Amino acid sequence: MNELALAIPWLGKRNPAAARWVVLALALGAPLIAMLFGKTWVRILDFALLYVMLAIGLNLVVGFAGLLDLGYIAFYAVGAYTFAFLASPHFELHLPFWLVLPLGAVFAALAGIILGLPTLRLRGDYLAIVTLGFGEIVRIFLNNLNHPINITNGPQGINMIDPLVLFGWDISRPLKIGDDITINSLFLYYYVFLAFVVLSIILVQRLQISRVGRAWAAIRDDELAAKAIGINTRNMKLLAFSLGATFGGVAGGLFAAFQGFVSPESFSLMESIAVLTMVVFGGMGNLAGVVVGALALTALPEILRHVAVPVQQAVFNQVILDPEVLRMLLLSLAMIFMMLLRPAGLIPAHSRYSRPELVVGKPAPAEAAK
Amino acid sequence: METLLQQTVNGLVVGSVYALVALGYTMVYGILGLINFAHGDILMVGALVALEAIRLLQIHAPELGLVPTLLAGLSISVVVCMILGYTIERTAYRRLRNAPRLAPLITAIGVSFLLQTLAMIIWGRNYHTFPQLVSTTPLEPVAGVFITPVQIVILGVSAVLMVALVLLVNKTRLGRAMRATAENHKVASLMGVDTNKIIAATFIIGSALAAVAGVMYSSNYGIAHYAMGFMPGLKAFTAAVLGGIGNLGGAMLGGLLLGLVESIGAGYIEDMSFGFLNSSYQDIFAFIILGIVLIFRPTGLLGERVADRA
Repeated sequence: MNELALAIPWLGKRNPAAARWVVLALALGAPLIAMLFGKTWVRILDFALLYVMLAIGLNLVVGFAGLLDLGYIAFYAVGAYTFAFLASPHFELHLPFWLVLPLGAVFAALAGIILGLPTLRLRGDYLAIVTLGFGEIVRIFLNNLNHPINITNGPQGINMIDPLVLFGWDISRPLKIGDDITINSLFLYYYVFLAFVVLSIILVQRLQISRVGRAWAAIRDDELAAKAIGINTRNMKLLAFSLGATFGGVAGGLFAAFQGFVSPESFSLMESIAVLTMVVFGGMGNLAGVVVGALALTALPEILRHVAVPVQQAVFNQVILDPEVLRMLLLSLAMIFMMLLRPAGLIPAHSRYSRPELVVGKPAPAEAAK
Repeated sequence: METLLQQTVNGLVVGSVYALVALGYTMVYGILGLINFAHGDILMVGALVALEAIRLLQIHAPELGLVPTLLAGLSISVVVCMILGYTIERTAYRRLRNAPRLAPLITAIGVSFLLQTLAMIIWGRNYHTFPQLVSTTPLEPVAGVFITPVQIVILGVSAVLMVALVLLVNKTRLGRAMRATAENHKVASLMGVDTNKIIAATFIIGSALAAVAGVMYSSNYGIAHYAMGFMPGLKAFTAAVLGGIGNLGGAMLGGLLLGLVESIGAGYIEDMSFGFLNSSYQDIFAFIILGIVLIFRPTGLLGERVADRA
């Protein structure tokens, strides 16, 4: 939050306290602003928060520990399908949310360990390919495991998944206060997701400055040196991998509940790449950057969708580039140009971030001396 | 038994396509230590450009025979891919040569998706039928095995190309410079090798091979579309790792082996898994092999050099 506030142009550096209030107000008021443009935008915001969670999780793996994971969406799929199996008419199971979501997280973490154990000895670029392969395998299985025993229901996916029910309160129904005020469920989902995101951010921030976080940074910067100073690199990488996967699993569960149905199509390689682009675009290793990256790259394609399509219709009388193509174009160009022009991302990680007490609020000694 | 023989032939055909693509991966990896994710998509561009060229030729120069049309289409796509390969190296990779490890890798993924998107814009999402200029009707079966003319052509062309590449790398001045650059950039440039040129040449040669592979792949299956490069690319990379990345012979061996395992495996997977899995799982063989190789013998079958950039 502090970093986010500092990243606000102009205001951030001059008046951090005010900037912090701005961030808070924006976070709480965003759905109200979005509502002005229509309900779809609130929905988009909800999805954006899910992407923020995914990006936070992937950032743990890529940004902190320096392990390039191209199959991250597989963990999202594990979380989502766990939720779908345990809380839908598909297997006639309707376990409560409090049980299913943690289970999804645990399964995702397990998947992370299973994938990580054999592969983490590998060099970074091999790891990228193996994780990519893993993501594809998961998708192939989801697509084909409807035969001979129907487990995943194949390409049709599973629908009628139970919504989130918190303390006996079904948040997929509009909330009625008194007689004339009703709050749309999209808003309720927004605040639930926001709570999860804030929780994740706090968790990850604490992790980053902990012993574990510093070990990750050491491994990322120089694995040999990290080994030499006595860091158990294998366990630390495994921890990064499974913790990152956990976030994916939780986000997946929320996604399943929010959307009401899951299908293998939502977990394509393109989604893995999209999340990676968010992390890269915002700034690998920097939480504020990652959050901004995820929000920007979820919102931008949607804005393009609403702007570019009518413009094309007006100019060419037909839609030449459909929104999905525009999104892919945007993501791939963002990835290439970010790496070429600003490899540290929109909001670069501070080089001294492993001791944030030096950089947040007051300038680091080195800067103060200038 | 006949299934086995038949699947062996099919496997060799697919495998030789993988081998050609794997050569491109392995050369770039040997010299730059970079997994060129976009390589599979160059195969796709090769196939689609050839398709377009052949279509145009058939409309505007129908008097041309089948073979000249095919050769012309092939040459055009090879040239386009060479230019494309050079452009990618020059614009996207060269500036990142001294950047941290992850940067060029991420750029490569970006380039791969950019190529796919552009192809989608140009050629749409549909599957295109690839013109069958070489017949795909099987010849008289030999020992119960059907083989099509196009398969024979694929085997022949890839054999010729592989021999030519080996000669190029081992016998010519350019080849020696390539080997020197792979060994050590700095020392090679001290010895008067223009390493930038050599790296560009590597990309160009690799792209040309990928273009040929793309045309053969599409002729064999009869289709081409914008995302067709992904799977063969991934499998060719697996083949390169299986044979020992950075090693030319290894890439060829790996490609053929992978093709064989895949097609024989696909023929028997249903029996092996007691009917639980079927041939729609064919694609997972490559990943399983990749996993096994990387765990038990990360240097591959023929690889000795352990490339570990500090």
